[in-house]
Amino acid sequence: MPDLDVHPPHLYPAYKSTILRSPTRPLLLVPEHLRDVSMPVFGESVLGEFDHDLTKNARVNGEPIGERIKVTGRVMDQQGRGLANVLIEIWQANAAGRYVHKAEIHDAPLDPNFLGSGRVLTDAEGRYSFYTIKPGAYPWGNHYNAWRPNHIHFSVLGHHLEQRLVTQMYFPGDPLFAFDPIFQSTPVPARELLIAQFSMDHTEAEFALAYMFDMVLNGHRKTPFQ
Amino acid sequence: MAHLLRETPSQTVGPFFAYSLTAEQYGYPYTSLMNHAMVSDQTPADYAASERIFIQGRVYDGQGNPIPDAVVELWQADPQGHYRLAPIGPRNGQPGFTGFGRMGTGTLPDGQFRFTTLKPGVVAGANAAPYINVTLFMRGSLRGLFTRLYFSDEVDANAQDALLNSVDPARRHTLLAHREDQNGQLTYTFNLHMQGDNETVFFAFAP
Repeated sequence: MPDLDVHPPHLYPAYKSTILRSPTRPLLLVPEHLRDVSMPVFGESVLGEFDHDLTKNARVNGEPIGERIKVTGRVMDQQGRGLANVLIEIWQANAAGRYVHKAEIHDAPLDPNFLGSGRVLTDAEGRYSFYTIKPGAYPWGNHYNAWRPNHIHFSVLGHHLEQRLVTQMYFPGDPLFAFDPIFQSTPVPARELLIAQFSMDHTEAEFALAYMFDMVLNGHRKTPFQ
Repeated sequence: MAHLLRETPSQTVGPFFAYSLTAEQYGYPYTSLMNHAMVSDQTPADYAASERIFIQGRVYDGQGNPIPDAVVELWQADPQGHYRLAPIGPRNGQPGFTGFGRMGTGTLPDGQFRFTTLKPGVVAGANAAPYINVTLFMRGSLRGLFTRLYFSDEVDANAQDALLNSVDPARRHTLLAHREDQNGQLTYTFNLHMQGDNETVFFAFAP
């Protein structure tokens, strides 16, 4: 039986912002019969033509700079059943490690042709894929010389409230893993679950390297949509 | 039970979610699928008799300071107690009542959020009182936080609600939104406190 305790603790003092922002009392365990059955569902029609392609959805006068990649994977429940029609929202830094956020002060260039936002819906088998630019490493103020490993943020709306997940996808072999308190907050055996795998099978010749990132959401109940 | 796969671990939403999750609210050039309006400007005819309400509040850190970079999501049943099952969309269409809202706390004064919705009905089952599911993400929070908002003017129904009754009586008040009439706008104020005497009761869902 694998260790199912995968989530970071609420309080992880090495990540300083958790100190004043984490609950101090035990959470109330909600029994299954008091939970809700569904989460909102979004139709295909809500997606824009290039929502799944971050290399195209913010072009102004050319292509964004950096290494084009494909990210693909499957969203499933804990029994491995694919979850269809799950909304995945995406955001990330550009190739230089710069976020398009007004409060961002990192001295690295913005890319006029890259916003770093996208979204996809999973297909009937729970699969998704999108194109983007590989994000750069990013310095932050948590401690002296603090750098975030390259990562892509995911917000996932599963079928139940307990399947509402926000996470980050990392890239294999990043030397910053050992120094990043956010990555390190994850229990040791579960850290591998946050790291995408390079996939030659999905790599597109003359176009883009591919990374696989499957996501498993809490629970194993049937959904009203199956 | 068969072997369960391990869940994907949670990570923080970080400080820079706004240009994706709440782009229009923050003025970024990207469309938003959801915002503060959980019902269209014109109340759908099916709900013409329902109360149009505002849900407002702030999220406070352990020193009592409002948090200006949190994301708050609300999800609720309609006035008849039914969650929306129909897909939301198309974009820029007339969604009617969605029951789903999302706001960042970085655009209104002092970290305020303020949603427009209809007061939910009671969901059949073990629930006796109307409520709204509240989900909270923020920099400094490594996991999503879940709670419920109940209504201060539903005293009798609240007293019968199974989940509310399972909360330590001394902490039940942290789940109550307080009703007031603000210049003719029926407003419920729901503040979340991460720590301290009024620390909000947050929920966990074991598999």
